[in-house]
Amino acid sequence: MSGTAFLTDSTLCIGCKACEVACKEWNNIPSDGFDWKGFSYDNTGSLGHSTWRHVKFIEGGVVAGLGGNSPDLLSWGFSSDVCKHCENAGCLEACPTGAIVRTEFGGVFIQSDVCNGCAYCVVACPFGVVERNPDAGMAFKCTFCYDRQKEELKPACATACPTESIKFGDIDELRGEAEDRMARLKQAGFNDVYLYNPQDSSVGGIHAFFIVRGDPERYNLPPSPEVPTTYLRKGWVSAAIGAGLMLAGTLFAFGQDK
Amino acid sequence: MNAPKNLLTEETSRRAREHRLAKIRHEAKEHGQVSDFTRLSERDPLSKAELTGYYGTPVLKRPQWTIEIPLYFFVGGVAGAAALIAAVGKLSSADTRLVRQSRWLAAIGGLVSPALLISDLGVPSRFLNMLRVFKIQSPMSVGSWTLVAFSNSAVAAAVLGEFNKRRGGRLVNVLTDGAQIVSVLTGLVLATYTGVLIGATVIPAWNEHVGTLPIHFAASGTAGAATILELMGNESKALNRIAIGAAAVETAMGVSIELSQTPPSESLKSGIGGWAMRGAGVLSGPVPLLLRLLALKSRRSRISLRKAAAISSIAGSLLTRWAWIQAGQVSADDPSVPLQLRRRVSSSGDGMDDHENQKDPR
Ligand code: SF4
Ligand code: SF4
Repeated sequence: MSGTAFLTDSTLCIGCKACEVACKEWNNIPSDGFDWKGFSYDNTGSLGHSTWRHVKFIEGGVVAGLGGNSPDLLSWGFSSDVCKHCENAGCLEACPTGAIVRTEFGGVFIQSDVCNGCAYCVVACPFGVVERNPDAGMAFKCTFCYDRQKEELKPACATACPTESIKFGDIDELRGEAEDRMARLKQAGFNDVYLYNPQDSSVGGIHAFFIVRGDPERYNLPPSPEVPTTYLRKGWVSAAIGAGLMLAGTLFAFGQDK
Repeated sequence: MNAPKNLLTEETSRRAREHRLAKIRHEAKEHGQVSDFTRLSERDPLSKAELTGYYGTPVLKRPQWTIEIPLYFFVGGVAGAAALIAAVGKLSSADTRLVRQSRWLAAIGGLVSPALLISDLGVPSRFLNMLRVFKIQSPMSVGSWTLVAFSNSAVAAAVLGEFNKRRGGRLVNVLTDGAQIVSVLTGLVLATYTGVLIGATVIPAWNEHVGTLPIHFAASGTAGAATILELMGNESKALNRIAIGAAAVETAMGVSIELSQTPPSESLKSGIGGWAMRGAGVLSGPVPLLLRLLALKSRRSRISLRKAAAISSIAGSLLTRWAWIQAGQVSADDPSVPLQLRRRVSSSGDGMDDHENQKDPR
């Protein structure tokens, strides 16, 4: 694996949504309205065609002092989600037009002028990231700020993040940084920190890994994401059996007439 | 950020706290213990997984296909099977009417299918972008190429067949047969690949059944073709046999879906999708099977029994395709499978959702 990556460290995130705003402004994507989730300030809900960075508000138990809340209110954790730019990307494999490509920075990029909106990538992403925009017709997701990276600039979200919760850089360096940070956090008594980077799954690693507190499932991060190409062999074997049955059955049916 | 204006005042917050204490005291007095906790655990406050993941919101995205896609699955399946019936019918010198009608059924299906597929695209004018590349690892790509080859060969076979009848000739004959062979080979793929198309995705209800979906769709398409030809007035015994075989396979498929107990299969058995799937299974499996077996016995009402079976099969085949798509939607909405939450419940056993008892910090 080479190229660039995001390390999103939720222990530093203050839920300000600067990343969401910067992303929307830079990429000129529409707003999502104000449909709040739970008891928190999450109005974008999930990643989608109009949300390429999504700040999650994780509601925790009532703990005095945590997150600066008053003693009878629930505590908060925040984490900014993004396309994982999978090493083995379901969307890229599935795309029949070749609209989805791997960039020289290792990211996964949709060429909007090629996409014909077949929506097959939508059901091929194990993280529910990419989505067809019903108005424009094409599929959209995080571009990894390909345009900015080409000019040697950091992606808009990483540039706007005030706490360096979103770090951007060379993937190998960032991986080392993530390990260091994990060790430091554990030393400081954060025993529940978790580095989400499913390298052992069929996805084969991601270009956007996350440090979260507690179970990754609470952040809707699947424990073992599967790239759907793993089902192809079984599917085509079954198709061959189906076709064989059709052929044999029809030959038999007409053969009886003689 | 635009904060909602429902911040609790000092007073209501104090009252809520006192109320809560009174409730605890009451419960302790009544039952000798308090079971209605509001706190998650003694440990780090964020360490425990909610059984719902992130507010129970889906991890995956719903399939965004419109009604054209299940219709396309049906029409494509019928067309592919019709091409096969035409070729085998010709081979075994069945009546020319059947051969001719099945050729045209394949050709018309070969024209309607791309229309359906194109009208589902977000940018229909870019359909030809499907033919920019060929990707063996993308069933959508394989399917698009197959469909184009099928449409051309099926239409060619039908048109050349007509031409052949009027003024035959060696060349036309060979060309017709050639087109027919191509349409059979591509037709077999067309009738089955749609099972791979939805099976090789992240949707749990689909990929769980990727090993049988193509067979299910093959049977469904075959039944559709044979029964439409019957309704067009063909009484060939071969069609009856084909339909019996297809109905037998569909019965087996229905039973296997009904018996599957895994969490991803749940959406195939509950809700509208589940009932549609069940209805589709009955309409395309046991009902036509029974009617056709009766038809073998009865002389008088043979034809009407076969007609009834045919109508049931067609309805079942259409419903089957729709039910699979519908179940996929429901399956995509359920975060518990991709997050493996059920496994967590069985291993920890004490999860709780305490949203009800918490107050709004906004
Ligand atoms: S997270 Fe989804 S959209 Fe992003 S690269 Fe992976 S498969 Fe594609
Ligand atoms: S919607 Fe566009 S990007 Fe997605 S698979 Fe289809 S052509 Fe490719």
